[in-house]
Amino acid sequence: MADLTTEFLGIKSPNPFWLASAPPTDKEYNVRRAFEAGWGGVVWKTLGEEGPPVVNVNGPRYGAIFGADRRLLGLNNIELITDRPLEVNLEEITRVKKDYPDRAIIVSIMVPCEEQAWKDILPKVEATGADGIELNFGCPHGMAERGMGSAVGQVPEYIQMVTEWCKKYYSKPVIVKLTPNITDIRQPARAAKNGGADAVSLINTINSIVSVDLDIMAPNPTIGDKGTHGGYCGPAVKPIALNMVAEIARDPETHGLPISAIGGVTNWRDAAEFISLGAGNVQVCTAAMTYGFKVVEEMISGLSQWMDEKGHDSIADFIGQAVPNVTDWQYLNLNYVAKAVINQDDCIKCGRCFAACEDTSHQAIAMTEDRVFTVKDDECVACNLCVSVCPVENCITMEQVAPGQLDERTGDLVSGDYANWTTHPNNPSATAAE
Amino acid sequence: MASGHQASGIQAGRLPSQEITNNFGDLHPAYDAHEAAVAADRCYFCYDAPCMTACPTSIDIPQFIREIQTGNPEAAARSILKQNILGGMCARVCPTETLCEEVCVRETAEGKPVEIGRLQRYATDVIMAKAEHPFARAASTGKRVAVVGAGPAGLAAAHRLAMLGHEVVIHEVKSKSGGLNEFGIAAYKSTNDFAAREVNWLMQIGGISVVYGQGLGSGLTLDALTADFDAVFLSIGLAGVNALRAPGEDKDGARDAVEFIAELRQSEDLSKLAVGRNVVVIGGGMTAVDAAVQSKLLGAENVTIAYRRGQDAMGASRFEQDLATSKGVKLMFNVMPVAVHGDGAASEIELDYTTVKDGKVSGLGETFRLAADQVFKAIGQTLEGQPEGLVLEGRKIKVDATGRTSVKGVWAGGDCASGGEDLTVTAVAEGRDGAIDIHSSLMG
Repeated sequence: MADLTTEFLGIKSPNPFWLASAPPTDKEYNVRRAFEAGWGGVVWKTLGEEGPPVVNVNGPRYGAIFGADRRLLGLNNIELITDRPLEVNLEEITRVKKDYPDRAIIVSIMVPCEEQAWKDILPKVEATGADGIELNFGCPHGMAERGMGSAVGQVPEYIQMVTEWCKKYYSKPVIVKLTPNITDIRQPARAAKNGGADAVSLINTINSIVSVDLDIMAPNPTIGDKGTHGGYCGPAVKPIALNMVAEIARDPETHGLPISAIGGVTNWRDAAEFISLGAGNVQVCTAAMTYGFKVVEEMISGLSQWMDEKGHDSIADFIGQAVPNVTDWQYLNLNYVAKAVINQDDCIKCGRCFAACEDTSHQAIAMTEDRVFTVKDDECVACNLCVSVCPVENCITMEQVAPGQLDERTGDLVSGDYANWTTHPNNPSATAAE
Repeated sequence: MASGHQASGIQAGRLPSQEITNNFGDLHPAYDAHEAAVAADRCYFCYDAPCMTACPTSIDIPQFIREIQTGNPEAAARSILKQNILGGMCARVCPTETLCEEVCVRETAEGKPVEIGRLQRYATDVIMAKAEHPFARAASTGKRVAVVGAGPAGLAAAHRLAMLGHEVVIHEVKSKSGGLNEFGIAAYKSTNDFAAREVNWLMQIGGISVVYGQGLGSGLTLDALTADFDAVFLSIGLAGVNALRAPGEDKDGARDAVEFIAELRQSEDLSKLAVGRNVVVIGGGMTAVDAAVQSKLLGAENVTIAYRRGQDAMGASRFEQDLATSKGVKLMFNVMPVAVHGDGAASEIELDYTTVKDGKVSGLGETFRLAADQVFKAIGQTLEGQPEGLVLEGRKIKVDATGRTSVKGVWAGGDCASGGEDLTVTAVAEGRDGAIDIHSSLMG
């Protein structure tokens, strides 16, 4: 079994699976259950200032998107930061950390954008013995309207400023949690780094309306007769999170900045993918909220199994391994040619590839009366739509046309040379090939 | 004296009443909404879907399943019923395993098709529970059409004709509508008096009246009908039953399976319905299975289906065969009846092993006997009482692709007409198509 022990910012945890700052980490009771279940660490649900805590709505806080068999694909919430007194949370954190010294406990914080507010809370958090803090600059609802959460995360200057305060008044690692509700994720990441952040974590939830109740004509979840936008998370947001993680990992200005990845991690494979794109560990919320804390067992066993198969001794072995292969479109090799190939033995003759190609793409699939589907190589542009809609995995594959072979669509022999858009004759700003 | 299973002769009440009631419960219980959603999610929405092609009524199956999947069973039901007004019954009795579900690509892929029949039942149950009939009549055409026989073909024709604005008079020789839906078919496929409820629901379209106790040869002549009506649709089914042509087949205890099933279907209290201790059913089709299984469910101790050809030639699907064996019915192949023995009443049946050469069955002369106090003959039905002057094809009324017979102004469909299998769904398709052709002929 591969060793999943992870060291992130010098913080050790028995595995790279942390619970994200969210309802599952709001209380000592939950966190103890999580640790007993095997989670490597938790980011305690966001603490606010001393004084009367925030209040939550007393109606539904969540809305969901379902796939087949009501499999939860996306979850949206309008819950705020912890609604329990600061002192209570601090006491609980202290107790739990003492009892679980081998697990990571990070404290998420969101206080107003004033130096004094941070100066006040940070020593108290430090006194708990927790391993680090995470700055919640991401929450898109409720707190943003009060000048906190994503209202800070959307202004890189504020991120840098607050990060600097934290580094000034807190001695342990500072993680800056980023909001995806922004045009270019690299900007806040750079600001965090410039402010001295030890790491960034992302993504926070995405601003969203999950659905509309067509009877009462209001967004879900509905409080009485009104609803509001909330934060979207779960498996559906993973592709967005993967891209944002990769953007930061391959940006020369932030390359090497530790990343704690968040966004739809549901199983071991999701974790492996995030880590391959540069994450040092992952944070999980929706999967735990959907299936309970036990899901971590599959994440642990699956990741170990895969690491054994690939010969990885430690998580650090493959952190960022896929990053060099993430490039910009303009550098993709335009001389790479592929064609779809349908394996007739595996084909169940549903015809979805035909409908997709014929109606919406390149008319590159032929259908006979007895439902035999074949690819027309002279029309196929290898778009991969047929593969995407085929219900049988690996029934349709994309096969490379080897250099020197004829591309029946263009009538040209496939070139073995690498050539991209930057040098293509159709590109008005092309530079001549060297 | 032995009681229950072992009671000798033909006896009622072989099982406690409650057990009989349980035995005759729904073969495939209805889906609830969630089960339907999960089942619907399995549909791949195939292009030019094979299931749709396999359906004799060409129901747009991917479309109706998608409508269920998107939470709109009423729309799904309309998609079904516009093609097949008896979609509710067909959902229950169609041999889907040899039609839509056989060609479902998930059957190809996993050996487990989308459960199209049960989904169809879900959708049609939802809409039939509503007070309102989903179809409206067109303006009256002033044309009158006679339908003879209130079975699936006749009902489908009548509904379509009424919908198109014609006035329809159905003549039914029995005292109840429904045909084989009401008098044939195993009871566990049409529970809670579904056949009669469906007829009542169908009649809500309006413009259809039914005259009972009238059939061709019993109060009606084709000449009179053609004179009185603008068109005639014959859906008289197959009223005759083939004989065993074996000595002793007229002994007490030997009877036609269709008659037993009709009696069972009309029985108010199945615990009062008599069945033999040792039942032998001769035949290999759906009727044979329906008679055998229901005998077993009534408490017969030994039930055997004796079929003269091999298993592959059996008319009943493999699903039906498995259903029979799961209920404890014994299937025997390549055996044919030679004689029914007994002192007055049947007590034994003598069977001979057979061989099949070039499609012809012949006995090997290696006979044996089975205890048989009840023998059901289920070796096929034949056309009977057809009017003079109609050209036949094989042993059925000859019709063209749209149901026209050799006599002008007379159409036919269902089991009495040539073409298609003898299935409820085929009858519905023929009734519908005949009606559409009558309409174009009358309005053309």
